[in-house]
Amino acid sequence: MDLPEDLKYTREHEWARREGNRIIVGITDYAQRELGDVVYVDLPPLGRTLSPGESFGVVESVKTVSDLYAPTGGKVVARNEELVQKPELVNSSPYGEGWMIVLELNRPEEWDGLLDDRSYRALVEGQGN
Amino acid sequence: MRYIPNTAEDCRQMLDRIGVATIEDLFSDIPVEVRLQRLLNLPAPLSEGELLGHLRSMSECNTRADSAASFLGAGAYHHLIPALVDQLLLRGEFLTAYTPYQAEVSQGILQAIYEFQTLICQLTGMDVANASMYDGASAVAEGALMARRITTRERVLVARSVHPEWRQVLTTYLGKDNIVEIPFTATGETDIHWMQDHMGEETAAVIVQTPNFFGTVEDLSAVAEAAHRLGALSIAAVSEGLSLGILQPPGVLGADIVAGEGQSFGLPLSFGGPYLGFFATREHFVRQMPGRLAGETLDSQGRRAYVLTLATREQHIRREKATSNICTNQGLCALAATIYLTTLGKEGLREQAHLNLGKAQYAKKALGSLPGWTIAFSGPTFNEFVLKVPAEPQAVLGRLLEENIVGGLALQRFYPEMDRHLLLCVTETNRRADIDRLVSILKRDFA
Amino acid sequence: MSFETSRDCPELQRRGESTSGLQFDEPLIFERSRPGRHAYSLPSWDVPEVSPDTLIPSQLLRDGIPGFPEVSEPEVVRHFTRLSQWNFGIDVGFYPLGSCTMKYNPRVNEAAARLAGFANAHPCLPDELCQGALQLLYEIEQYLCEISGMNRVILQPAAGAHGELTGMMLIRAYLEDRGERRRKVLIPDSAHGTNPASSSLCGYEVVQIASNRHGCLDTDAVARAMTPEVAALMLTNPNTLGIFEENILEIAEIVHRQGGLLYCDGANMNALVGIARPADMGFDVIQFNLHKTFSTPHGGGGPGAGPVGIVDALSPYRPVPTIERNGDLYRRNYDLPKTIGKLRAFFGNFGVLLRAYSYIRTLGPEGLKHATEVAVLNANYIMHELKGIYDLPYDRLCKHECVFSDKNQARHNVHALEIAKRLIDYGFHPPTMYFPLIVKGAMMIEPTETESKETLDHFIEAMKAIAQEAEESPELLHQAPHITRVSKPDETQAARHPVLRWRPDRP
Repeated sequence: MDLPEDLKYTREHEWARREGNRIIVGITDYAQRELGDVVYVDLPPLGRTLSPGESFGVVESVKTVSDLYAPTGGKVVARNEELVQKPELVNSSPYGEGWMIVLELNRPEEWDGLLDDRSYRALVEGQGN
Repeated sequence: MRYIPNTAEDCRQMLDRIGVATIEDLFSDIPVEVRLQRLLNLPAPLSEGELLGHLRSMSECNTRADSAASFLGAGAYHHLIPALVDQLLLRGEFLTAYTPYQAEVSQGILQAIYEFQTLICQLTGMDVANASMYDGASAVAEGALMARRITTRERVLVARSVHPEWRQVLTTYLGKDNIVEIPFTATGETDIHWMQDHMGEETAAVIVQTPNFFGTVEDLSAVAEAAHRLGALSIAAVSEGLSLGILQPPGVLGADIVAGEGQSFGLPLSFGGPYLGFFATREHFVRQMPGRLAGETLDSQGRRAYVLTLATREQHIRREKATSNICTNQGLCALAATIYLTTLGKEGLREQAHLNLGKAQYAKKALGSLPGWTIAFSGPTFNEFVLKVPAEPQAVLGRLLEENIVGGLALQRFYPEMDRHLLLCVTETNRRADIDRLVSILKRDFA
Repeated sequence: MSFETSRDCPELQRRGESTSGLQFDEPLIFERSRPGRHAYSLPSWDVPEVSPDTLIPSQLLRDGIPGFPEVSEPEVVRHFTRLSQWNFGIDVGFYPLGSCTMKYNPRVNEAAARLAGFANAHPCLPDELCQGALQLLYEIEQYLCEISGMNRVILQPAAGAHGELTGMMLIRAYLEDRGERRRKVLIPDSAHGTNPASSSLCGYEVVQIASNRHGCLDTDAVARAMTPEVAALMLTNPNTLGIFEENILEIAEIVHRQGGLLYCDGANMNALVGIARPADMGFDVIQFNLHKTFSTPHGGGGPGAGPVGIVDALSPYRPVPTIERNGDLYRRNYDLPKTIGKLRAFFGNFGVLLRAYSYIRTLGPEGLKHATEVAVLNANYIMHELKGIYDLPYDRLCKHECVFSDKNQARHNVHALEIAKRLIDYGFHPPTMYFPLIVKGAMMIEPTETESKETLDHFIEAMKAIAQEAEESPELLHQAPHITRVSKPDETQAARHPVLRWRPDRP
């Protein structure tokens, strides 16, 4: 299970990378493997403001659908349009080309509340993976 | 019982094998307070011959559209069904097959669904169609729900000239609030100006039927244009599917969703069901669409194959967030339509529609020129039209029944202000002689 | 021992059932099409021909139907006959699909539906001209009332899910009429997806209740969740594990005490007909699935029918029309001031109701009870024989269906889906897979009463053989099915880049 150390994580299997006051968000390697082949990603429109933990879209595989949850609050300032034609990027490159949205972080303390890689690993392994 | 292979001896063997004394013991976990202590109070069983005899007598108490001269339409149409349709439907591999979730053993059904979807797209001028809905009325209701989801608006405008029962179903599904009825004009068409005056930013969709309940052909392009200007969706309702053989398809006129009734495509009248809802939309709305979809793909050996797809919209995966709750649809009816449309084909469907138009026109002209009788609406019609009659409509219908003619539908029940109006339908099954006889009796007794 | 095709399958050979017939490829009908061919037969013009553009504005007339097929009659028949040969059907073989009740579809029912007086009856005929049809609707309502113990039955819904929606709308109307705005519906985690979907369509918030470790609803959990905010509890009984909810009376009492209603998903009625009645268990509403319990054909996905039985309190809200009887005369009644309206045009899937009527009249009271008994015996027999080989999460008496999991085989990296696909190689349709959701790797098996002991034994042997293959030669399962005309269609591709219709310009 690939788990970059420089990222933060949520209990719902999203990752977040911070660049200044922007957060890039995607789903983890564990999540993409559990889902199987991703067939579709539904992302929010630019400008939408999210609360921490709010569902911002869904990721679909052939047989399942999962909600995507915002790691922190913030405004959606970018979305990965490539995923429309190539949802498989979520599987092949979950931390790279499979990124999903970028949020403008309002409250830095929400970033501090996220899990680090060790805590996330413990969570996943505790789930009997 | 001839449907149950296992005899008392077979059952005995199985009971012994599982170590249970009697079949009754298998129900020991049902509380005795709820156990039925008697046999069901139902009639004693009938042998096959007795059953058919009994049903035959019952069936003979109904007037048959193919023996009486019938001019009834109003959402259910008497058309000729090619003999081969029923023969093919009775093939056990179609009739007794389950929903095609296991693609490898259901390729025939899946390919037929794919063909059905294609035919509906071709007929309606749309990009994508589903594998069927229960009927036209519920398909329209689902279309309205879909429009609400897409636009995130609540208000739905529906023409009063849409089939009354379809409007009732729409109200049942959507609730009374936020449905607005658009009146019709003296030509029998939807009042576009009224519609435009009552549309706004809260409008999710406008629903207009063509040909409408009065048989009048509506120009959907004006409706679609007005809807789009306000960011609303245009829903075309079609109750006489055959009209698509000759009329400009709603997709070309600007509709976003087409929801209609396919009973005319090879389904018998069958006292109102099972019928066939068809549902088609634009490509970019496909993930918001209700119902099953069959898609083309390749198998592991590179062979063309068909599968149910985009299932994550549906109830078995999405559950409470599904685009609809529909599970079982009208599978065999869609197959009947596929076979029918294939048999009629490009020329036949058009020719049949042409014949309907011609026969209806012949009747319309003759009836409209009877002294005291008028054609209620001046707009163009397909195979149905409304007559304004110079007598009590029930008296007219009663008189016709004495001559073994089913004369049409009195409209007052649905439109209280139309107390002298009859809706008549003429199809390729109505012979000239029957139309002439209808005209002469009315001329003799009511003109 | 491995084998590639069913021809070589010793199991099938021993049964004399190996498949090696002729099966043909068949293109799409559009690909068969040739200009000028036709299959139709229409009457000739006996009225003056008209030119459509003299009657209808030309912008409202179409210019042909591009792409529509042009084929001859023999080609139509051959096309669909070939397509039919690619399908499994009850007429072909065994379908152990849990929760679907794939029983034999009697042919006399088909003959009945084709009686001209029924097939050609227009729904807009006045009452006096369709007494036969109205009588049939009236009588089947009576029969379904008797079978369920309910006071009235609504015949309008076109399918089970449609019936669920109707039932939930009735509950909502009833409560609103009493001035109660309840927002929630309780649904077990084992429920069929249509339950939450139907509730959601009615505007209810779905609250999930967990099943206990015996596979039943936990009455304490129900009591905790059952507040005055809850409109109803939707239950399947027997539940989707095939287990009878023993605490049903207590559950009913809990729900009713808080002013809620108890809804029964009647999909599993094949375990109850003639044995116990949902009304006697405290249910207020039940939808039937006629295409399950009452033998009407599945038709590749319908049409079905989902009549809804109700207690008297819900009667005023019924969809219109209801069918009433005055002396010898049957009539349609549209006068229900508090009706919820209509769920579809006309009265219901009459042709399906007619087939179910025919079935009920053929079996009679003893036949119906016997069918239930044998259905339950057949399921318990399979459960007993496969127990120990396949993991049985709830080891107790089942009713008409039983649920295994793939846990034992998963140890060899073989999963339920592969077991399912391998069963096809043995000549069986797979059981219901991955449902209910509360059992990981679930396989739900419902044999029904119309299968012989030999068929059940063959199925058991096949399942045992597959379990052995899982240990000894799992590769056979990973690549299954081997004998079908297509194998492992790419569902990912189909969902990522959907191709949902034929187009002439596609390569």
